[in-house]
Amino acid sequence: MENMQNQAIRVEGLRKSYKQLHVLRGVDFEVAKGSVFALLGSNGSGKTTIVKILTTLLKHDSGNVTVNGFDVALKPDGVRQSISLTGQFAAVDEILTGRENLILIARLRHLRNARQVADDLIKRFGLTDAADRRASTYSGGMRRRLDIAMSLVGNSQLVFLDEPTTGLDPEARIEVWKIVKELASSGITVFLTTQYLEEAEQLADQIAILDKGTIIVSGTLAELKKLFPPAKVEYIEKQPTLEEIFLAIVGKNQEN
Amino acid sequence: METTQSYFFMDMSVMLGRSMRHVFRSMDTIITVTLMPIAMMLLFVYVLGGAIQTGTDNYVNYLLPGIMLIAIANSIGYTSYRLFLDMERGIFERFHSMPISRSAALWGHVLTSLVSNVISVAVIILVALVMGFRSTAGGLSWLAVAGILALFTLALTWIAAIAGLSAKSVDGAVAVAYPIHFLPLISSAFVPTASMPGPVRAFAENQPVTSIVETIRSLLSNQPVGNEIWVALAWCVGIILVAYFFAKRVYQKRV
Repeated sequence: MENMQNQAIRVEGLRKSYKQLHVLRGVDFEVAKGSVFALLGSNGSGKTTIVKILTTLLKHDSGNVTVNGFDVALKPDGVRQSISLTGQFAAVDEILTGRENLILIARLRHLRNARQVADDLIKRFGLTDAADRRASTYSGGMRRRLDIAMSLVGNSQLVFLDEPTTGLDPEARIEVWKIVKELASSGITVFLTTQYLEEAEQLADQIAILDKGTIIVSGTLAELKKLFPPAKVEYIEKQPTLEEIFLAIVGKNQEN
Repeated sequence: METTQSYFFMDMSVMLGRSMRHVFRSMDTIITVTLMPIAMMLLFVYVLGGAIQTGTDNYVNYLLPGIMLIAIANSIGYTSYRLFLDMERGIFERFHSMPISRSAALWGHVLTSLVSNVISVAVIILVALVMGFRSTAGGLSWLAVAGILALFTLALTWIAAIAGLSAKSVDGAVAVAYPIHFLPLISSAFVPTASMPGPVRAFAENQPVTSIVETIRSLLSNQPVGNEIWVALAWCVGIILVAYFFAKRVYQKRV
């Protein structure tokens, strides 16, 4: 019983098929409260399907799925009260300004001080200068920041981020990583999907790898590393990656 | 715990406020639904009007009902466009993962269509008044006109909803508007159907817009509406029921 209270998400034997296509063939995992959980998998492995089921957007065929103690099939309203979703594509209203987007979500969450909530998030996410511009003028990174800020309206304790850095440039990606780390340190549970191994390594306490509709391995990074042969000591010359070069040059320019 | 149903009207009004901003910030929408019908009214009254024999002494009086319907028909493509984009860009997904009533998002769009048409029709009537439109109709007749226009708007809006919700591309979503644009043109909106050749006349007299135009025209000129009003109402209510049923089904399937 005590164990259950410490769990934000519990999934047992989750199955979902579209006609002949078996997307999920018995998925099991648990996400501890306050942790960052990364679901790792290639395109089409079923990551988004899992996110949609967990966020009540999609009904599953069989299995037990509990989010914050609410069964997603029986108490979807309870789930929706306690979570927020940042979908695969930044779902911001492009015709509204950043501020209006945040106020919109605050009103839909029935908060009394919608303006104040929006102002705070604008400051926190570094959108002050752009707050009164239409979201259609935002860069990819800014759009994603606004998107995540919208998910934090109403202080959800569990945040779903479906491929939050796909399509972002390296700088914007690091910005998103910073945000996720801040969320984690403020005690929010983060459920994240990604196709980038590095992202999972950087952010996650728990990693699960989804392949062909089942979880093939899961555990902490240290546990996953144990599954591989012990490390050998080798001397190699480390060449900088293009990404490191890019970031070093851009960083220098910004300092100047 | 708060229930999502008790907030339905509040959520819907937030949705309405959002889409109304979309309408007011789209020059294209304002031009198509308000300025273009006004331009048509000017064109028909001051350029073509002299050659048109309608049997009334004041052509603006004859023309206004049709122009109002054209304005409403022109707005329909935008409703499906806005619905399609919300679907496509994951805005609906965001709303549906939140504790708000599922249909609030859809009804927000329907309400926006109604409210924005009320505004554009009001502007058109004002311009018509300046152009010499006069009506002897009483309050009750005006109320009936408003009711019929609202039903016509709802009928077209639900058709637009089906298109917007089920389309695979923007082009597909707005394609629904084109056949609808034609209905007022091939009706008694501009000239009496009696002047049309046989097959065109048969089509014009048996499609919904003519009976709606005739009903509004009779109401505004204080003439007896006869059977036309029942034909008009039957068309509107019939289309609303069928289109609402299918739109609801598509919506439930998609979300």
